[in-house]
Amino acid sequence: MFTTATTTSQKILQMGAAILLFAAVIGLILFIAGRFTGKRDRAVAALYLAPTVLMLSVGLLYPGLRTIYQSFFDASLKNFIGFDNYVTILSDSEQLTVLRNTAFWVLVTPFVATGVGLLYAILVDKARMESFAKALIFLPMSISFVAAGVIWKFMYEYRPNQGTVKQIGFVNQIIVWLGGEPQQLLIDSPLNTFLLIAVMVWIQAGFAMTVLSAAIKAIPDDIVEAARLDGVGPWGMFRFVTLPAIRPAVIVVVTTIAIGTLKVFDIVQTMTGGRFDTSVIANEFYSQTFRSDNRGLGAALAVVLFILVIPIVVYNIRQLRRSEA
Amino acid sequence: MTTAAPLTTTPVSKAETKKLSAAATAKAKLSSPWASLAAVVLAVIWTIPTFGLLITSFRTTEDIRRTGWWTTFTNPLFTLDNYKAVLDPEQAGANLPDSFLNSLVMTIPSVLIPLCLASLAAYAFAWMNFPGKNFLFIAIFALQIVPLQVTLLPLLQLFVSWDIDGTFWTVWLSHSTFALPLAIYLLHNFIKEVPSSLIEAARIDGAGHVSIFFRVLLPLLTPALAAFGIFQFLWVWNDLLVSLTFAGSPAISPLTVQLSNLTGTRGTAWYLLSAGAFVSIIVPVTVFLLLQRYFVRGLLAGSVKG
Repeated sequence: MFTTATTTSQKILQMGAAILLFAAVIGLILFIAGRFTGKRDRAVAALYLAPTVLMLSVGLLYPGLRTIYQSFFDASLKNFIGFDNYVTILSDSEQLTVLRNTAFWVLVTPFVATGVGLLYAILVDKARMESFAKALIFLPMSISFVAAGVIWKFMYEYRPNQGTVKQIGFVNQIIVWLGGEPQQLLIDSPLNTFLLIAVMVWIQAGFAMTVLSAAIKAIPDDIVEAARLDGVGPWGMFRFVTLPAIRPAVIVVVTTIAIGTLKVFDIVQTMTGGRFDTSVIANEFYSQTFRSDNRGLGAALAVVLFILVIPIVVYNIRQLRRSEA
Repeated sequence: MTTAAPLTTTPVSKAETKKLSAAATAKAKLSSPWASLAAVVLAVIWTIPTFGLLITSFRTTEDIRRTGWWTTFTNPLFTLDNYKAVLDPEQAGANLPDSFLNSLVMTIPSVLIPLCLASLAAYAFAWMNFPGKNFLFIAIFALQIVPLQVTLLPLLQLFVSWDIDGTFWTVWLSHSTFALPLAIYLLHNFIKEVPSSLIEAARIDGAGHVSIFFRVLLPLLTPALAAFGIFQFLWVWNDLLVSLTFAGSPAISPLTVQLSNLTGTRGTAWYLLSAGAFVSIIVPVTVFLLLQRYFVRGLLAGSVKG
């Protein structure tokens, strides 16, 4: 039951066994909880929360603390080396490229994706076939980053410009149609990083559009009407009515996308594997930890990722508090 | 997916002016033909990449290698051979039918387990009193921001010491754990909104916590459970990082891992990659199209995950 399932029937049986085992645990918890009558909240609450607290302690808290500890050790995790891994991240030229690329990702993706999402939400607001138009933009959200990577790698595909060879990648075909030379798009740095960022924008714009569209529709009609009676023009309406009203939603969207972007791994892994100077922290963490067996450095990269997420979350919570107050 | 929506802006007649939202007013006055054109252009740009690869997946190997997919319209020739090839382990060099099953086997428990556990926990936080409640709730809420990367290596070492490395258990346990903070937060927000009079009435009738949960709350919770369920389903099905770390071996690896490997080993075999990509896309896109409303609701409930 706890061994590797190899055949189809083994796999399905193991899944069934896992679900049954889990159901038995829940059943037991509910059975014991049912025997406490009256208002004995404490005992019941402890029962209800026990599995959650256990899983989070073992599966998130302990590994997180252990990674922080391991980040002060060398590649084999045997010798304590203080802050050397962090010094490497901040001084080694390869690692600096990783930091630079991560900065590009986090600075570009959230704003472009939110901008496109907001523009599209306004353009199709109350238009005919609004939900269909939205679904087109939103569909990439349901596709895996791996599949999105394959889709865009094909867009960027390159064929040398000689004789009767024709381009099969759409982007290079457009370049040729416009009279340019086809480029090895995913090889030239730092252009290639921006081409990978385009994939993330393609995926996240749908998220931005959905949330912002809901926020726009929630603006009370009388505010809009009052502004119109005051003779506010279209840009004024956007600048002084729409934008202030959806500001909290815009902040949530930008910060959510920024956090997601910091952790982006699949796109880089699928499209370039981090080669040609395209690696980012999340990808470098994986390469160092599992490919190069440089585990101390991998741990330090994971910690850096964690540290970078914190200010974004704090900013988000502060803004939300302010808008609620 | 093929055509862009024929978008028209709302005509600004006197009768309709009142109903227009701020955005619509802004748009209408930005001269409507340009606004429509911009919307169509964006829609086309967003659709072309997927559409191009979809067309490609039905073209012959020879055609794919020689010409771009856009030439198909003047010279149409379609085949299912690419799908046959990619689903045949001998030809593809990757076992997609098996990994399709693996994806399913991984995903189903990884959705059910956190849903049940989070409902129990959210109920406890919303309707019970116990010491340390606020502290514990904030602690769980804060765990949402921990990047998965921070947990992976120590977790792998734990799984090895428990002797379950390389089994589905690693994936079920880790995905269930990672989902809990967000699930508890979302469900708690939802449960909190249930009028306390309902709960009180059930209590006066002598109902205990178990029967209140099943008879009163569960029916009300269905939309929230559906929203989070779909969210988690797509997340697990589309995940690469967790699977690559814990389930990288061919016997149990899911579609994302196999497809990702294929881009490494057969990076220029577009007849395989195109068909493979759509084999991996079919389930999430179907789920998304059928249950879009719930999915959007889940998104709007706020999501900071990973």
